[in-house]
Amino acid sequence: MSGGGTGSHGLLRRLLGVVAVAAMVGATAVGCGSDDGDSSGDGTVTLEFAQWWAPELPAGSFDKLMTDFTAQNPTIKVKLLSGPYASTKQQLVSGAASRTLPDVVGLDGAWVSDFAKQGAIADLTALMAEAKYDSNQLASQIQIKGKTYMIPVVNFVYPMFVNNDLLTKAGVTTPPTTRTQFLDAAKKVSALGGNVKGWALPLDTAVPNGIQNDVMSWLWASGGSMLTQDGKPDLTGPGVKSTVEFVKSLNDAGVIAPGSLTMKEQDKVEKFTTGQVGMVIDSLAHITLIKKNNPKLNFTVTPIPAEDSYTGKRGIPYASWGIGVADSSKHKAEAFKLVQFLMSQQTNAQLSTLANGFPGNKTAEPDFSTSDPLFKTAFDIYQAGQPANEFVGLPKAEDLMRSFDEQLQLALTGKQSVDDALTKAQEAWAPLI
Amino acid sequence: MEPAKLEHAAPPPAAAVASETHAAPPGRTRRFSARRIAPYGYLSPTLLLIFVLMIIPIAMVVSYSFKDNVIVEQNPVFAGLANYTTVLTDPDFLAALKNTFIFITVSTVAHLVLGMAFAMMLNTPLLGGVTKAIFRIIYILPWLFTVAVIAVIWRLMLDPSGVVNYLLTTVGGMKEGVNWLSDPATALWALTFINVWAGFPFFMISILAGLQGISADLYEAASVDGASPVQQFRNVTLPQLKPILISMAVLDIIWTSQQFALIWMTTGGGPLNVTEMLSTYTYKQAFSSYEFATASAAAVIVLLLTMVLAFFYVRLQKER
Repeated sequence: MSGGGTGSHGLLRRLLGVVAVAAMVGATAVGCGSDDGDSSGDGTVTLEFAQWWAPELPAGSFDKLMTDFTAQNPTIKVKLLSGPYASTKQQLVSGAASRTLPDVVGLDGAWVSDFAKQGAIADLTALMAEAKYDSNQLASQIQIKGKTYMIPVVNFVYPMFVNNDLLTKAGVTTPPTTRTQFLDAAKKVSALGGNVKGWALPLDTAVPNGIQNDVMSWLWASGGSMLTQDGKPDLTGPGVKSTVEFVKSLNDAGVIAPGSLTMKEQDKVEKFTTGQVGMVIDSLAHITLIKKNNPKLNFTVTPIPAEDSYTGKRGIPYASWGIGVADSSKHKAEAFKLVQFLMSQQTNAQLSTLANGFPGNKTAEPDFSTSDPLFKTAFDIYQAGQPANEFVGLPKAEDLMRSFDEQLQLALTGKQSVDDALTKAQEAWAPLI
Repeated sequence: MEPAKLEHAAPPPAAAVASETHAAPPGRTRRFSARRIAPYGYLSPTLLLIFVLMIIPIAMVVSYSFKDNVIVEQNPVFAGLANYTTVLTDPDFLAALKNTFIFITVSTVAHLVLGMAFAMMLNTPLLGGVTKAIFRIIYILPWLFTVAVIAVIWRLMLDPSGVVNYLLTTVGGMKEGVNWLSDPATALWALTFINVWAGFPFFMISILAGLQGISADLYEAASVDGASPVQQFRNVTLPQLKPILISMAVLDIIWTSQQFALIWMTTGGGPLNVTEMLSTYTYKQAFSSYEFATASAAAVIVLLLTMVLAFFYVRLQKER
């Protein structure tokens, strides 16, 4: 400590050094929150794009699309902020709270209402008008009070995955198309013994999307709705009641794989992949994963069974990679150019093919020539049915699923009746919707 | 610790400073002023970081807890203690409080008991050096795994068709397996077991260090006095380890109360909220219900509870 500190100059120099270090640390801390650097002196704009898509696509393929975008728009660069779904959500929730959302954001339909209410995401209707964009080519738009806040870029449907070998072994010759047939098939598969069960139901409350994908999908498949015509919850209505009673009947029959109360979606996929369950409702996006992990698994995809008397168009649940623009972005026009690029016929078809999903642009056609034939089968199911996901655009969608999940768990464990569960779920939903 | 040292070392007594200031030429005055300021200069980076990364966020959370609809509303209004009333009367919060208490108590006691048992095993002269080294590596392994790995391993092992049930049904004579993490009757205990498994090696190593620091003379004297091994443990080992044990117990209570990732990745607070802890409750309030005000109120309550423990810990350290 004393070297060089023999005089007042040395001491002052040392003090100045300390203050400089402090200033540097301070500047670094403050610099972390700086908003500079998104536009340079030569007019080039750098857009930040937060999404969970890139990690789910073949390595480098999404970066290549961004390079193509920059080639078409030399004054706009894109900085990808890629992460898993859950961490992207947390990042966006924090960003929305602090008004520091990246310019362009990947969105899930379940988040839109809350972000729109916060004023965190921009009204795309206005941006489309400014850019003179023809929205007729869009397959769907997620609107709140008549204004578009999210555009689904790629859609992933959730058909029924059926293990052909298990069903054949159980004496079921064709995949079930009605609830009665499904219960019967599930019983026969479960009767095979060992660890094999007919169906898997993930009800983990940490990520309660099993309510959307694995429970309400039965309702939508039969053309039902969990909402009244004016958008209020209708959980005590005949549609939801019949669905929950059906799920309970499956549980009572012992055809659901054990551990469902804390089962996660990945557990469900794992159980199907390893041949422990005969049937699951799952995302089409998992076909590649299942085939990679168990190339010998003989399975197919079919529409979700409907109520026995139902003859109408079947609803098929879906999830989307949606896109939106941050309201706090200083470069909304440039951000919308990126949206336009991703929604263009060619790019959207390309992205859908890469993601094994279905395009958000009606005119885009994914290329199934090199894909697994099951994608073509699923595309036919998708076109014959009606995409259905009533949680999209609802406020606090995850909270709604969780409160329903908790009541369903009580009903399945015999701690309350189905009627009580639905009444309580209705009471929990009513103030939120 | 550092500020205390600096205080002792840097400023001379006030009277001395005053007399020197009167007598000293201007150059020396500057030198002494600079000398008085220097410690604060050295501290300033840390103080700045503490201010930016701790004081500001804590102050924000506390302020949020007194407002209504913070973050989601552009102009939240002052709500007084309403959020605290909401949280403290919420059955889910009370259940989380109870679960957290059980989780912490059982985990801490088990950590200490297991840590002590394994440390004594590794400290025994009955085992050779190589054997001890091998066991030391084996025992410390759980502590080296990240929480994500621990969660995945135990989810697989405790799966209804996992290894544990396989062993219990084939070797253990049980008729059918147990849904360890999804049965409301077993989930909290299974989760606590995982936490104990993941945390005991740290206690083992710390206690082992403490054991190796106990003078052999004490055991020799006790032995001469005719003390049995149990008496030696009670009257020599435990009193000598007491400061370490108490400090570690307090730290463990604080750490376990903050456990989130393991719970989230194994049970998510379910089934039927039986593993809901204060950490998962707060997270759900914020990131699922978007009720940042009640989440802040819950976080402040947790902070206050933790501060009580921290107070005892600091007092304990001072006494030592």
